[in-house]
Amino acid sequence: MLYREAGQFKSSYTSDQQIFPIRQDRIGIMLLLLVAFVLVPGMADEYWLKGILIPFLVFSLAALGLNILTGYAGQLSLGSAAFMAVGAFASYNFMLRIDGMPLLVAFALGGVMAALVGIVFGLPSLRIKGFYLAVATLAAQFFIIWLLTKVSWFSNDSTSGVISAQEMEIFGYVFDSPESKYLLVLSIVTVMALMAKNMVRGAVGRAWMAVRDMDVAAEVIGIRIMHTKLLAFAVSSFYCGVAGALYAYAYIGTVEPEGFNLDLSFKILFMIIIGGVGSISGAFLGSAFIVLLPIFLDVLVQDVFAGLLPPSIASNLQLMVFGGLIIFFLIVEPHGLARLWQITKEKLRLWPFPH
Amino acid sequence: MSGRKIGEVILDLQHISLRFGGVKALTDISFDVKEHEIRAIIGPNGAGKSSMLNVINGVYHPQEGKITFHGEERAKMEPHQAAMQGISRTFQNIALFKGMSVLDNIMTGRITKMKANFLEQAIHLGRARREELAHRAKVEEVIDFLEIQHIRKTPVGRLPYGLQKRVELGRALAAEPSMLLLDEPMAGMNVEEKQDMCRFILDVNDQFGTTIVLIEHDMGVVMDISDRVVVLDYGKKIGDGTPDEVRNNEEVISAYLGVSH
Repeated sequence: MLYREAGQFKSSYTSDQQIFPIRQDRIGIMLLLLVAFVLVPGMADEYWLKGILIPFLVFSLAALGLNILTGYAGQLSLGSAAFMAVGAFASYNFMLRIDGMPLLVAFALGGVMAALVGIVFGLPSLRIKGFYLAVATLAAQFFIIWLLTKVSWFSNDSTSGVISAQEMEIFGYVFDSPESKYLLVLSIVTVMALMAKNMVRGAVGRAWMAVRDMDVAAEVIGIRIMHTKLLAFAVSSFYCGVAGALYAYAYIGTVEPEGFNLDLSFKILFMIIIGGVGSISGAFLGSAFIVLLPIFLDVLVQDVFAGLLPPSIASNLQLMVFGGLIIFFLIVEPHGLARLWQITKEKLRLWPFPH
Repeated sequence: MSGRKIGEVILDLQHISLRFGGVKALTDISFDVKEHEIRAIIGPNGAGKSSMLNVINGVYHPQEGKITFHGEERAKMEPHQAAMQGISRTFQNIALFKGMSVLDNIMTGRITKMKANFLEQAIHLGRARREELAHRAKVEEVIDFLEIQHIRKTPVGRLPYGLQKRVELGRALAAEPSMLLLDEPMAGMNVEEKQDMCRFILDVNDQFGTTIVLIEHDMGVVMDISDRVVVLDYGKKIGDGTPDEVRNNEEVISAYLGVSH
C-alpha cells in the first residue's frame, strides 16, 4: 500500500527519464545509501567489513563490468578475472615505478590498461559470437595469468609473481582501518555504478542492446558494430580492472596471478546469471548471493547441525546446498534476482488487491 | 493526392548484378526512384526483391552496376553510411530489439543524430543530457504520429504482431529519412491493420515528403498506393511503369499467372 505511484504525474521528459521515476524508489535508494555510508561503518565489526562487505562491493563492481559486456552488449566472456588481474598488477606497477603517483589515478590507469587489453581480446568478437566467443575469451584468461607469472617484471621480481599492495594514501590520509577501506571502496563503487547506469540508459547503452538483440538491424540503423562491440569490451574491462585493483589493495593485500584464475571468472559469471543478466542492480544482488550464501550456510551447518553430522559430510553439504540453490533459482526465475525484485515491486503496486 | 509533387530522380540504379557464388540473385537490373514518389517492387517469391533493397542500403554489394543517390555515385558502402545519408528501412521478418521498450527502440532509430560520446553519457551532464531530452521530444512526435502512446514503455517482445510492425516503422521514421525502404510492411496483417499501415505510409509520404520504396505482395495495396511499379522475376526486371501499364504487361501476366503452351 505504501508502494503506490498514484498522484505522481510526469510533466516533463526530465522527470520521466530520471533513474528512479517512482518517488518511493528514490526514497528507498537514499535510505540505502545513508545506511551504507553512515550506519554501517559505525556498527559493523571488523569481520563484517573485511570479510563480507568489502569483497561484496569488489565483486559487485566486477560483476557490473561483466554485465555491461554480457548482459547489455550480449558478448559472452570468460576472461573477467584476467582483466581484474591486469587492473591489479597495472595499478601496482604504476604505484611502484612512478614517484608520487596518486592512488586513485593509479586505479584509473589500472582500469585503462585493462580496457586496452580488453579491446585486444575483444577483437575476435567481430567475427564470432556466443559460445565460440566465450572460448576465445578463455585465451585471455590463460594467456594473461601465464604472462603475469612468467614475466617477473610485472611483480617486481618477487617469487611466483606475488605482489603486496602498497599502502593506500590520498592527500596524506592513510586508509588502513577496515572502516576507511570500506568507505573508499563504497565510494568508488557507488560512483562507477551510477556512471554505468547512465551509460546503459543513454545512447551507448541502446547501441549495446541493439547489437545484442539484432545486429543486422542495428547496422542498418547506423550503428557501427565494430566500434560498439569494442567499446563494450573496453568499458567492461575497465570496470573489471578497477575491481581487480580494489581486490588487491582494499581486500586481500597480497595477491598472485593464480588468484585471478578461471574459477574467479566463473564466479563472476554466476553472479550475473543469478543476479540478473542486463541489469545494474542484478550485479549487486548476484554478488551478495554468491558472497553471503556460503557464509550463511557455513554458520548454519556449523552451529545448527554441529555434532549431528560428521565433519567430512558437513563441509560437502554446504557445497551441495549451494549448487542446489543455484539450480532452484534458475528454474524459478531464469532472469535472476533482479527480475524477482521487479516482479515483487509490480505486485506491491497493487497489493492488497489482486488486479 | 494533395499537393504532393513528384520531383527529380534521386536514386538511380544502373545494370545491377548480384551473385552469391554461382547463384545469380539479380541480373542487369536498372531502374530509378524519383523524389517523393511511392515506388513498389513486386514479383513472385525468390524474384530478388529483398536483395534489391539490401543492395540499395549497402547490406549487399553488387558485383556489377552503379548506384547514384542524390547525385553521388557510389561503388561500395556500408549500411551505417547509407543510414547517415538518410536511407532507413524495415524488415520482412520484424527485426526489432526484443529486450528493449518501444521508446528505446525508437530512440535507437535516432542514433546517427546523437553526438555525445560515452564519457559524456556516463556523467550525464551537459550535452548528453540535453541531447537525450531533445531526441526524446522528437521520438514522442513519431509515437504520436503512429498512435502508439499507450505502449511506449512496453517491451516490444510482448506486443502483438501488427503493433510490432508499426513500432518498426516508427524506428525507421525516427531517423527522419529522405528515403524509406519497406520490406513487406503488410505481410501477415488483417484487413484493418493493413488499412492502418496504408494510411501511415501515405501520410509519411504526404506530410514528410519521404520517398518510399516498398515491397508488397498484396496487389490491391500496391496498385492502389504506388506511383510506379517495378516487376522482378528470377532476378530479372520484366516490367516497369505505372500500375496500369504493369497490369497490362504481357510478361508480367505470364510471370504471375503462367502462360498456356
